[in-house]
Amino acid sequence: MTAAVVPIRAAATDAAGPPLLALEGVTLSFGGVRAINDVSFDVRKGEIRAIIGPNGAGKTSMLNVINGFYHPQQGTITYKGTVRRRMRPYDAASQGIARTFQNVALFKGMTTLDNIMAGRTLKMKRGFLWQCLRYGPALSEEIENRRAVEEIIDFLEIEAIRKTPVGKLPYGLQKRVELARALAMDPELLLLDEPMAGMNLEEKEDMSRYILDVNRLWGTTIALIEHDMGVVMDLSDRVVVLDYGVKIADGAPEEVQKNQDVIDAYLGVPH
Amino acid sequence: MFYREAGQFKTSYRADMAVFPILQDRIGLGVILFVAVVLVPLLGDDFFLNTIMIPFLIMALATIGLNILTGYAGQLSLGAGGFMGAGAYACYKLTTYFPDTNILILVLASGLVSAAIGIVFGLPSLRIKGFYLAVATLAAQFFLEWCFIRIPWLYNSNASGAIEVPGRTGFGVMLTGPSASPEARYFAVLGLVALLTWIASNLVHGRIGRSWMMIRDMDIAAELIGVRPLRAKLSAFAVSSFYLGVAGAMMVFFWLGAAEPSSFSINLSFLILFMTIIGGLGSLVGSFFGAAFIFILPVLIRAAPRTFGIDVAADAVQHLTYMIIGALIIVFLIVEPHGLARLWQVGKQKLRTWPFPY
Repeated sequence: MTAAVVPIRAAATDAAGPPLLALEGVTLSFGGVRAINDVSFDVRKGEIRAIIGPNGAGKTSMLNVINGFYHPQQGTITYKGTVRRRMRPYDAASQGIARTFQNVALFKGMTTLDNIMAGRTLKMKRGFLWQCLRYGPALSEEIENRRAVEEIIDFLEIEAIRKTPVGKLPYGLQKRVELARALAMDPELLLLDEPMAGMNLEEKEDMSRYILDVNRLWGTTIALIEHDMGVVMDLSDRVVVLDYGVKIADGAPEEVQKNQDVIDAYLGVPH
Repeated sequence: MFYREAGQFKTSYRADMAVFPILQDRIGLGVILFVAVVLVPLLGDDFFLNTIMIPFLIMALATIGLNILTGYAGQLSLGAGGFMGAGAYACYKLTTYFPDTNILILVLASGLVSAAIGIVFGLPSLRIKGFYLAVATLAAQFFLEWCFIRIPWLYNSNASGAIEVPGRTGFGVMLTGPSASPEARYFAVLGLVALLTWIASNLVHGRIGRSWMMIRDMDIAAELIGVRPLRAKLSAFAVSSFYLGVAGAMMVFFWLGAAEPSSFSINLSFLILFMTIIGGLGSLVGSFFGAAFIFILPVLIRAAPRTFGIDVAADAVQHLTYMIIGALIIVFLIVEPHGLARLWQVGKQKLRTWPFPY
């Protein structure tokens, strides 16, 4: 391998592009419970943005708001420069927002290949009648997408489990297939909900490397939730910290690490 | 052993994505088609065609229909019998208005009528899931049955309240009614079933089938990937009802020759559901296994005492059949809860690695 060794973090200043996504005063409540309370932050194009916070801080709700699964009662969300109105998850998907889940949400009855092909659903346009025939345009389209899928399989090194039903895979690999499925959507914004939960050290190292490579090779903007502080500090360009649905800190990892509010939120303070 | 894919290399994605990627499977399919097209009509007598082959193929098609909805798209339905009835009555009305049209075209057209009804009754599936949806489809079953009894227009206001199949032709051959030969009816059924099975296989291997399975396995993830639940579920209902409607029309026109509302009762729905579950949810070949198990096996068991010259009273044979089939269903579900199709797959896997365990 003669390829130049790339520094672990590409200079963070590269990522200081215009905001791809901006949230302004977002408030989400379920009945009397305020899951997110007046939170504003932005995600710049090409950066890795971490969302952290103790359990129940509203991190996953935040992701659900971003990809249109929950509708905030107040606040505006600006994506790619346009303020977006109430939208369905389908619209978010077609605008290039992909997502992985905290508890693996793969299609259990399908093979790895089919799961990743599922991520290409929006790239396939042939209608019902062509699908009935299969041979001809529908199959060419399928093969075209298969080629794209194989590239991702190659990238994530999961060639050997291509034809294995995902239900039979170990947990770490399932997480990787889920990342592959999200990547198959060619996302502009990739939301990762605890991509390293429940992994051992080696799997975490692999996953970190993949996340960095995705960010660098394809320029994909990534917003991730993670509890492993070491990972968060090493990977992310900027960190936003939530606690009880309120934003308590926002900034570079080093700043956030020293912030007294963040330390208090994690360690607790005597009242 | 003979079933081994060693040496069969795939050099293109096209070859890798074939429905039957293994050479032996393609040979096997050829043999089955040869038997069905040449040997069965040549060697089988009228009894064999009328009481085994024709109903078996029709039931298999109905099972494929329910399998698309319940096995692939994961929407539990108890309305199969009602949709089959919708197809049968639609075909009866169509042939009343267009007596000279090729009956095969009318059978397919009546599937479309059934599909439209299926879409209407599929609408609740957007809100309700699982057992609750099953109850909602039960409403479809009872409503359709009520229509067959209470709307005289559907059976041309016959005094008997039943529909009697008139003699109709297709491609210049008499295909329905009492004067149609079993061979002609068999070929009509075989042709339609083969065509529709091929289309079903194409659908489930492509984007649409995948979106059905995505909804089945994890509907939230499917939605976030860009599957619209409304479209996926309703298309599953439509295609499923189309298949059931065609099967229902064929059942009356090519097999029974006449039908009354009770032919499409809840019992038929259960029968199709059993075939789907025992054959294997989400498997087309399983649909054929399931139909064979539930439909052909009882016929064989009933014929067994006569064949071996054992004298058993007819009603005793009937009871014995129920007992044996019931016991076998339980045995199979314990051995392999995923149905005969899974057993078949496991068997093939064993053959591939034989004589080694893995």
